Amino acid sequence: MNNAVRRLPSGVGMLGVLGLLCAYFSWATWGSGALGPAAAAESLVAQWRGAAIEGGAIAIAGRGAGEDAFAQAIEAAAAAANLNIAVVRGEPREVRRRLEELATGAAPPRGLLASSEAAAWPLLREISTEIPAFGAVRLFAPTTSYGSAFLKPENLRNVLNQIVVIAITAVGMTLVIIAAGIDLSVGSLIALAAVFAAWLIERNGGTGAGVVVQVACSAIAIAACGGVGLFSGLMITRFRIPPFIATLAMMQIASGLAYIIAKGQALYQIPDSYTWLGRGSAIALIPNAVLLMIGVYAVGHVLMTRSVLGRYIFAVGGNAEAARLSGVPVRRVVVSVYVISGLTAGLGGVVLASQLRSGAPTYGTMYELYAIAAVVVGGTSLSGGDGNVLNTLIGALIIAVIQNGMNLTGVESYTQKIVLGAVILGAVLIDMLRRHGLRSLSGSA
Amino acid sequence: MSQPSSESSLRPRSGDASDDVERGDVLSMRGISKRFPGVQALRDGRLELQRGEVHALLGENGAGKSTLIKILAGAQPPDEGEIRLDGAVRRFHSPLEAKQAGIAIIYQEFNLIPALRVFENIFLGRDRAALGWLRTGDERRAARELMGRLGVSIDVDRRCDSLRVAEQQLVEIAKALADRARIIVMDEPTASLSEREVQTLFQIIREMRGQGVSIVYVSHRLDEVYAICDRATVMRDGAHILTRRIGELPREKLITAMVGRPLDAEFPPRDGAAGDVLLDVRGLERRGVVGPVSLRLRRGEILALTGLVGAGRTEFVRLLFGADRATGGELHLAGRRIFPNDPRAAIRAGVCLLTEDRKQQGLLLGRSVQENFALPSVASWSSGGWLDLRREPAAFRSRREELRIAVSGPEQPAGLLSGGNQQKLVLAKWVERDAQVFVFDEPTRGVDVGARLEIYQLMRSLTRAGKGVLMVSSELPEVLGMSDRILVMRGGRVVGEVDDVARARQEDLLALAVGGVESR
Repeated sequence: MNNAVRRLPSGVGMLGVLGLLCAYFSWATWGSGALGPAAAAESLVAQWRGAAIEGGAIAIAGRGAGEDAFAQAIEAAAAAANLNIAVVRGEPREVRRRLEELATGAAPPRGLLASSEAAAWPLLREISTEIPAFGAVRLFAPTTSYGSAFLKPENLRNVLNQIVVIAITAVGMTLVIIAAGIDLSVGSLIALAAVFAAWLIERNGGTGAGVVVQVACSAIAIAACGGVGLFSGLMITRFRIPPFIATLAMMQIASGLAYIIAKGQALYQIPDSYTWLGRGSAIALIPNAVLLMIGVYAVGHVLMTRSVLGRYIFAVGGNAEAARLSGVPVRRVVVSVYVISGLTAGLGGVVLASQLRSGAPTYGTMYELYAIAAVVVGGTSLSGGDGNVLNTLIGALIIAVIQNGMNLTGVESYTQKIVLGAVILGAVLIDMLRRHGLRSLSGSA
Repeated sequence: MSQPSSESSLRPRSGDASDDVERGDVLSMRGISKRFPGVQALRDGRLELQRGEVHALLGENGAGKSTLIKILAGAQPPDEGEIRLDGAVRRFHSPLEAKQAGIAIIYQEFNLIPALRVFENIFLGRDRAALGWLRTGDERRAARELMGRLGVSIDVDRRCDSLRVAEQQLVEIAKALADRARIIVMDEPTASLSEREVQTLFQIIREMRGQGVSIVYVSHRLDEVYAICDRATVMRDGAHILTRRIGELPREKLITAMVGRPLDAEFPPRDGAAGDVLLDVRGLERRGVVGPVSLRLRRGEILALTGLVGAGRTEFVRLLFGADRATGGELHLAGRRIFPNDPRAAIRAGVCLLTEDRKQQGLLLGRSVQENFALPSVASWSSGGWLDLRREPAAFRSRREELRIAVSGPEQPAGLLSGGNQQKLVLAKWVERDAQVFVFDEPTRGVDVGARLEIYQLMRSLTRAGKGVLMVSSELPEVLGMSDRILVMRGGRVVGEVDDVARARQEDLLALAVGGVESR
């Protein structure tokens, strides 16, 4: 069985683990659950229309981000269906006051559409006793969904959106690690790119900036991160500073630059259209950022398997001296992996800025460690010379699915950290087992 | 922990029965077998060691010598078989247990901690301590005593990374003696030693033998085996073939036993005359390290570069190849001046180096044989930075047949090849790159007796094709058997030249290498 384990290509095992995780969380989150805000709004409007009651209706929502989305969705759906639905929002006490006014007003509403949250308030559950004037009003609550919360399209999209920045950054990290290096600066570069892009846009039109300006500013920010990578690479090759130290220093420097540029604040003067990349979806509901991520992985994979540079990266990571004596331009190869890592981190930063429609120097904290974790869970050896870009994507997805699944199943965030650490250890152990057989685990080489 | 008194420090720890069995077997390993996934490393390992003898353990790579030694060292458990020490059955579960039983192994790669001093290394793991504090004074004194017994003068306060290879080996031996080992296994002990250092080592080995220590001597160098060993055990394909007194074992018979078939000749015949000058080296030097060296290499010629370890041969060929920067001198290849400032430039100009240490410098052990083969050529095959994925396997297939490289397939990792096949693979790289000057640094180090002839034949086929071969070698029989002309280096310079190789003798070369007679 030892040999059977070893013969498996690493990707198959990783995909298997990912599949098992998805299956587990699908099962664990199976059951009835509340609809998401948008779906809840749609279902309420449909119910109200189906009831065909003359007159207006009141939609009731509480406070909070989810309730905001619900209120917006109700208004949009009502406008689309040309229905007279007003929205009342607030704490139960405020809502009661407002409803009492409306009940005794000129045209009392005939229906109440409660958000999932509001439907649970005693005020609405017992509406005929709480507000006697509403004795005849019809109350609509969102239907509950049945199925797996994990497998819901919104949730899956959510998983992808959460991992996209780390996954893109991890492509460059994979190349660096295959070349037997490490890049600790990527988290700071994410922040630097986000802040720098936002700062440039603010200087060049702010919220009124055009598409070309936005693209140009983002490109400059990404290029700047490539420049930081270039600098790290030169420090490592020309002055023989160990990669860990060189990029640790750049991590500090880049973070400091981001704070200086942003003056310690978040930068918000960005047009709404800037979120096209991070929140939009141009093709068949697939988020643009996910398409971008897939593109980056495709390019990375082709680079590593089909290009001379890729071949050289493997050679340098496997044995730099042997590579040099075989005519590989070792220094140039090393510099280029750090440039590429800087560029992917910069791209990740731009995606993050687009997702959040702002740039802040606090972005990307600890992302370098998540990127390294994705690479390692993907089976790339930290000692260099071996690895696979596509497996890093699987590694990133494994991490994302575990985090999301634990959120859905109500695991505390502290416990989540422990599980994540265990997953990283487990992945490395499985990889050792695959590479060297059972003997490698007993400690004697 | 008792401090060895000055008299006893060289004497082995005596077992309970050793007084009765004065010349009896101190060690007997019988019917040892060991299976690793996919390979039966040992089928019938046998080794009988008498007290106070030097016993050669011979066989080609893969014959099972290393596995047998690892089992003796307690690093691997045997599947079957019996180990008796002084007649009592023993089973070692860890290297520590074997060490405590008086068995010391000196591997080719030494186990010294570079940053620690000599005496600290000698007593590492058996530190003399009082209440957790090291008694460095005691250790220093004891270490000095050991060095004195060995007849060498190494400052015990030097850091081990400042020692030459030969000195490091002596520290390893001192370490074994400090453990009061009575069985010392030496794995290729002379691989990195000069002739003179080899003589010193032999002196020490003889002295230890006189003290009753038994030595297992693993080597590919048959001359040394005949010079120092009392008996020899030959292994082949994981099984014991024979054990004889060395005097009753003529060389041909020994080789036949190792290889399993008689060898026609150790070296291929010379052929053809040398052509015009291919490589002209004028005053090449790296200040403070080597040179200035001037030499001319002709087409169709094998020029040997010999000398003691430390004579600057490897340093010199690294300059030729641009692995290190030269500080002065000129290089002309086929009449055109070349500037090998780095290996890339040298390769482009047509100079290639087959390094002494293939595992560290020649090959990417974890990558496939085909990738290793293609590495110097991929850039020239590529278009726009993209690999030519059709040309690569085709080129590999044809060179693999041409050089008869035994691989299971193009995807086999290079680290799994035997020494001979690794050397062929490195050679294939450079043949494919169409190099003109082939510099071999110790071409047959780590290569089996059986595979050596093949390497030699390939070197000859290079000269037949009009290439020039520069061969750095410490093995005088190889130098005399293969070269058309010999240069001897000492202290970073060429101190002698031998044109008439057929009449040259090892003693003459040695005299040149050691110094005294200058013929230039």
